[in-house]
Amino acid sequence: MKEIVVISGKGGTGKTSIAAAFATLVGVQGVIADCDVDAADMHLLLKPSIELCEDFYSGEGAFIDPMECRNCGGCADVCRFDAIDFIGGRYVINPIACEGCGYCARVCRPKAIAMSPKISGQWYQSMSKHGAFMVHAKLGVGAENSGKLVAKVKKEAKTLALREEKAWMIVDGSPGIGCPVVSSLSGAHFVVLVTEPTPSGLHDLERVHAVVKRFGIPSGCIINKADLNEEMCARIKGFLEAEGISLLATIDFNPSFTKAMVMEQTILEYDDSSLHAPIQHAFQTIQHILQEKKQ
Amino acid sequence: MKIAIASGKGGTGKTTLSTNLATFLGETKRVVLADLDVEEPNSKLFIDAQILKTHDTFKMIPRWVSQACTQCAQCVEVCNYNALIHIANEILVFPNLCHSCYACSELCPTQALPMEPQKMGELTHWRSDWIDGVEGRLNIGEEQAVSLISQTKKYVEKYFGDDTVKIYDAPPGTSCPMVEAIKDVAFVILITEPTPFGLHDLKLAVETVRAVGKAFGVVINQHGIGNDAVLDYCRAEAIDIIAKIPHDRAVAMAYARGELAYRSVAGFKEALRDVVAFCEAKGLL
Repeated sequence: MKEIVVISGKGGTGKTSIAAAFATLVGVQGVIADCDVDAADMHLLLKPSIELCEDFYSGEGAFIDPMECRNCGGCADVCRFDAIDFIGGRYVINPIACEGCGYCARVCRPKAIAMSPKISGQWYQSMSKHGAFMVHAKLGVGAENSGKLVAKVKKEAKTLALREEKAWMIVDGSPGIGCPVVSSLSGAHFVVLVTEPTPSGLHDLERVHAVVKRFGIPSGCIINKADLNEEMCARIKGFLEAEGISLLATIDFNPSFTKAMVMEQTILEYDDSSLHAPIQHAFQTIQHILQEKKQ
Repeated sequence: MKIAIASGKGGTGKTTLSTNLATFLGETKRVVLADLDVEEPNSKLFIDAQILKTHDTFKMIPRWVSQACTQCAQCVEVCNYNALIHIANEILVFPNLCHSCYACSELCPTQALPMEPQKMGELTHWRSDWIDGVEGRLNIGEEQAVSLISQTKKYVEKYFGDDTVKIYDAPPGTSCPMVEAIKDVAFVILITEPTPFGLHDLKLAVETVRAVGKAFGVVINQHGIGNDAVLDYCRAEAIDIIAKIPHDRAVAMAYARGELAYRSVAGFKEALRDVVAFCEAKGLL
């Protein structure tokens, strides 16, 4: 089983559309994991039917029992997260600000503060419209995206892929360079970096690739909207060459990305054959690189 | 007044709107643009600016002092983030897991874990012909953005008074970095695109902004590219639509050149005027 993670650093480059197209390409031979749990969108294209839904607990939250509290304010003195407000003559926890360190509960003399597990989201095991297993999740409002829910999604998808003896795991990764993207990358065999020829596209590519490099995972790049700026496109290609990143495909700016999305289709399902060839070529190149690595 | 520009989905035009709006306002007012997307700060790429100063930013991490330690390992038990482990007569600290809550340090009976600064990123203050900017930039390998976002905001509040309009370019998503960026602003502008992804992530962002209790409105970017579902949703939810930025390849090309689109694309400038008129009517400017 080979695990391919699609990431982008910058949002809006076409990461999810491309990951979903790969999922269409491998069909029932793949397990799909949507690790962009903060803004999960892949299900809008793959239309999964949910078979299993579970709450995900991560960390703790504090609660002050007003009957036990003696209003000493000791809790607010030690809280480094400004999570304890004095409202209407009593101390209350702001659940969005509370990071669950438990310091307040430890110093509260009347033991009026209890720590309880926090639900940080839900995760789902589903069947995509192509009949492939899909694992996805929804992070709760204002929850901490520590990467733990991402790790859970990946773990469940991997277990499924191994149990069902699938050949591929296609992962829609998280944006940015922080914990969620680090969790998305762990255990990957190949990373697809999706970018666009804009100053921020290149800037974010450079930063996220610095993270990928730390893991030593082979990577390839798809330049989307390539015709927006030739000079910037050439600069990106220069960066790829210098860093030993394979260029998997260049795709010109194409409204079919949006049109397919509106029709709830992946770009491989949508009736624009000009998009099929670059995606297929990119995937073949990945297969080739993985095979070479094996030998 | 502080106005945040945020979105659930990435790539919907947060940085485009914040850099253009800040500079447009800067033609007639004092404006500071704070780039709080510290994982991928981009606003400076689109503005011809001079750097006034850059300094390191730190987070506070406990350092284990072996001579003072009695090996009671209470710190390990206290830490809710598993950032400390006790192994072979040593206490190991994992800085990436630490939330700087100080509990281990202050509850240690022998003061064997003093809190000490560790570099986590950089803060840059720059200036263009029209505006000031403050950028937080997280180091590669650092995983926790919230503390740097908070420090960037503190810098802005310290150096810029009430006579300055403060525009916050927030990180994407709906988790704690986004909440940290918007929690003390007067108004949140949510920017989205009229597509299924845009709508889905807008709904999540609206849920978050409502939970934090902020006034907000929506700017639709690339209006005309997808469908009307975002408009229908905003109408049904009685959410103000502040402006519609028309879909125009010229905007994308200006962005790709690293230029501010309002200077060359008339439709974009019109939309900015709508945003300014809306903000004035709400008493935000």
